[in-house]
Amino acid sequence: MAHEHKLEIFRGLLKFKSNTQKIWGVLIFLTLVTVVEVGLGIAKPEALTHSYFLGMKVLNWIFIILTLVKAYYIAWDFMHLRDEKSSLRRAIVWTPIFLVAYLIFILLFEADYIYHVYTDGFVKWNF
Amino acid sequence: MDSTITTGTEENVWGGGNQPLGASYGKLMMWFFLVSDALTFSGFLAAYGFSRFKFIETWPIADEVFTHVPFFHGNYPMYYVAFMTFILIMSSVTMVLAVDAGHKLQKTKVIWFMFLTIIGGAIFVGSQAWEWATFIKGDFGALETKGGRILQFVSADSGERLAIRDFAETLPSERVDHEKKNGIWYYQGESLPSYSLNEIVEGVKSDSNVLIRTELINEDGHKTVLTRDETLKKLNDATLVVEGANLVRNEYGSRLFADFFFFITGFHGFHVFSGVIINCIIFFNVILGTYERRGHYEMVEKVGLYWHFVDLVWVFVFTFFYLV
Repeated sequence: MAHEHKLEIFRGLLKFKSNTQKIWGVLIFLTLVTVVEVGLGIAKPEALTHSYFLGMKVLNWIFIILTLVKAYYIAWDFMHLRDEKSSLRRAIVWTPIFLVAYLIFILLFEADYIYHVYTDGFVKWNF
Repeated sequence: MDSTITTGTEENVWGGGNQPLGASYGKLMMWFFLVSDALTFSGFLAAYGFSRFKFIETWPIADEVFTHVPFFHGNYPMYYVAFMTFILIMSSVTMVLAVDAGHKLQKTKVIWFMFLTIIGGAIFVGSQAWEWATFIKGDFGALETKGGRILQFVSADSGERLAIRDFAETLPSERVDHEKKNGIWYYQGESLPSYSLNEIVEGVKSDSNVLIRTELINEDGHKTVLTRDETLKKLNDATLVVEGANLVRNEYGSRLFADFFFFITGFHGFHVFSGVIINCIIFFNVILGTYERRGHYEMVEKVGLYWHFVDLVWVFVFTFFYLV
């Protein structure tokens, strides 16, 4: 049980006086991110839905990046990975990241291939 | 005994007799479980991505499916799911506060924060049940074609969605629900839709305001709406009336969409539910003073990890199911 807490977030930009204060600070940050996500989801600005990066809408990239940001703060401050030994932290974080990145890469490429089989093939699917 | 185990290994981190990762056995095992559970959820979400990329042009648009808020009528995309997300993050915060109070051995505070966490979890599970009920019941109704594609209806004037009850004709028909009590006891027919296929087809033909909307997404990210002529032609392909959703077909579009909705949110909801149960057990243990006597509140920390993990998974489900 790690009794001493690291009280800095944003790489030391923001320092809190106590652990409780840090928790509320992180809550405010997470809420802000969620509000931005929902706002963008409802507004769907055309500049973001019509531009693409690596075959995906820029808006979707923003959603995914904001999700990873939220996941980072939940894991680091709520699950207090920030206070754990770096060996434990790395074992927990990098194992799934490696496996999941591999899985996503393979599945999405395969799915895109099947999509082209459906659309470019000579069999009619929509009737 | 102690001396025989640790002799000669005191300077060696992995030599035994100490905790190389600075965490107790129980906590490590909880992390083991969470990592494997994270992989399970990743498998589900990656499978969802697979199916979605496979049907990228025809996948349902989540904003148009989840538009309901309890006690309100109208079109409110996302608001309720955003509220659910906030509830879960909030209950995560009360959980950290409980863990924090546990470190300081403040029993009353732990009790109160655990209590609030349980309430938050219960609200979330209740909301999810409501969301399921709305999803299963459906809203507008649709037709299914021979190829298993869904045809929805919009109004030509306003461009808004039309429900089949808005325009279907009422034709005299002899078909009635076949119930167990009327025939052989082990036979039961599928329940009839509110309107027969014929009634809807006649309704579309007589009301020139009704247009068909197909599953295909156009360049602007909207579903394609057919012209009146195309609508009348497309009607010939319809074979079934679909209302609401089940595991076989749903009125929202691709069949897999409902399957993944039930599987992923269901599996997550099951996690929240078991989280609430485990929280309750720990809550009563705190009240009984079990951890007070033990001298530390590490059990609260361990269920806390599980609870945050449930929150973490929801963040991803929220993004991939509702936002993207």
